[in-house]
Amino acid sequence: MDTTASLTQSHTRTEARSGRFWRITAIARNAFREAVRDRVLYNLVLFVLLLTAASIFIGELSGGQERKVIVDLGLSAMLLFGVFIAIFVGVGLVYKEIERRTIYAVFSKPVGRGEFLVGKYFGLCLTLLVNVLVMAVGVSLALVYVSRGWDPLILKIWPAVLLIYMELMLLTAIALLFSSFSSPALSALLTFLVFIIGHFSADLKSLAVSLGSTGARWLFTSLYYLLPNLANYSFITPAAHGHAPSPSFVFATALYALVYIVVILTVATLVFNRRNFK
Amino acid sequence: MKVIEIKNLTKDYEVGFWRKRKVRALDDLSLSIDRGQIFGFLGANGAGKTTTLKLLMRLIFPTNGAAQILGRDIQDVSMHERIGYLPENPYFYDYLTAREFLDYCAQIFGLPATERKKRAADLLARVKLDERRWDTQLRKFSKGMLQRVGLAQSLINDPEIVFLDEPMSGLDPVGRREVRDLIAALRDEGKTVFMCSHILSDIEVLCDRVAILKRGRLAQVGYLDELRRKTEGPNRMEVMATGTDARKLSRHLPKTEIAPTPRGLRIEVASEDQIDEVLAALRKAGGKIVSVQPVTQSLEELFIDTPKAN
Repeated sequence: MDTTASLTQSHTRTEARSGRFWRITAIARNAFREAVRDRVLYNLVLFVLLLTAASIFIGELSGGQERKVIVDLGLSAMLLFGVFIAIFVGVGLVYKEIERRTIYAVFSKPVGRGEFLVGKYFGLCLTLLVNVLVMAVGVSLALVYVSRGWDPLILKIWPAVLLIYMELMLLTAIALLFSSFSSPALSALLTFLVFIIGHFSADLKSLAVSLGSTGARWLFTSLYYLLPNLANYSFITPAAHGHAPSPSFVFATALYALVYIVVILTVATLVFNRRNFK
Repeated sequence: MKVIEIKNLTKDYEVGFWRKRKVRALDDLSLSIDRGQIFGFLGANGAGKTTTLKLLMRLIFPTNGAAQILGRDIQDVSMHERIGYLPENPYFYDYLTAREFLDYCAQIFGLPATERKKRAADLLARVKLDERRWDTQLRKFSKGMLQRVGLAQSLINDPEIVFLDEPMSGLDPVGRREVRDLIAALRDEGKTVFMCSHILSDIEVLCDRVAILKRGRLAQVGYLDELRRKTEGPNRMEVMATGTDARKLSRHLPKTEIAPTPRGLRIEVASEDQIDEVLAALRKAGGKIVSVQPVTQSLEELFIDTPKAN
């Protein structure tokens, strides 16, 4: 009898888990569709135009450095465009649903608030993935064009692209966290600040060490550990020079991003769980 | 069997920026609703109807009290698999078409693709949305069309209880009639309908039981006939007559209420026993009877007369 009961219980638990998976998938797919229909991916057109212009004109001006310039320009644009999408679409992900009251119909259905946040998050991550992949293919094709054939640098850019994507995933989680309790303008500003400070994370630590005041040292040390170290994900210049990060470095940064994202989304869920939708 | 049980549900909102103060939107509401009923939840704007529904849908959290739907606490997410909800002035993803939106809702319930497609088409047909608009983005929909899509999404999981917040809003007279028929059909299928409205005629035609909210407090609850009887007395009769005037008739019926109306004179008496007296007086005054019927208080009168609960 006990065995039957425990089997039934475990079956129910499995069903609940698979139900959760489908709900998150449905929400993520819808968030992706929203981004596509709101023409977020139109930035790719601008990117392609920029890259085409760079391939044709800059090569002539850069004295044989055209491959390096293409990689530098292409990956920097990829990061910049991605950051804009992560921040501006990310902060609106939840806010728009509350403002337009579309959230009412969603939460009357068996959707947990955490599931909703995670679904929205993966939806934007999927949008960013498509964006980054298309851009990376664009940079690779531009390299083929300027090298008049296969270029070994093409293989070197992909680990850097992966790191850029991880950074964008981190920023999206931060934007989502801020937007779970504050207005889009403030969330965008705060996320942008985290992006800037995150790139100067090492300076925070050295600043903390060099300061005399205990309070200030404590503050900067806490900030160093609290804010994401985004400098780890910046591998654009080495990639342009033909260097690729080691697999262990990529693995460590991926693990760091994963842990950070899980913590951020958990905090966002805890905040969101307490919200009243008046 | 009770399918909705609300106990002492209270909700306070904080207002003001610097000096916050509490405003009570819902005050100690207790209600229970039987399976298979259409329950009308009445109240003026700001009476607390939508607040109650939002609490039941876990969009906001109660300050006090609790509620159970189908025997489970309202915070239990899995309970929501068995209910449907149409929000007031529904807003849906305007970048989706009606068909895509219903498909999305069905995905949330984990329905397989073929079933989703079938249910979406069946429900859009059931709410009588013009088939040529099924693949139009919702941003191009009128308020009435959105209301129909809203009704369809509330039924996507074939729920046992449907919560409808102002289901007739934005609909033209034909649309209102169609939605009224749909709600009645839901009851015939054994579903329970909890309907908020301030359109009294719809409540009057559709609902088995009603509750009247006034400023966040429950003022009345019961079957419509019961409530009418409670305030009006069971035996009051109304006689309509022509062929004479009020002055002439009042000479023969000195203590009776006689009112001229476009259809003739309206004579109201306290009980059936007095009808013979009225007939004799009419004969003497040279008048003719048009009709005799019991006096019923309209829901509107009931609604306006209902005092705030103590």
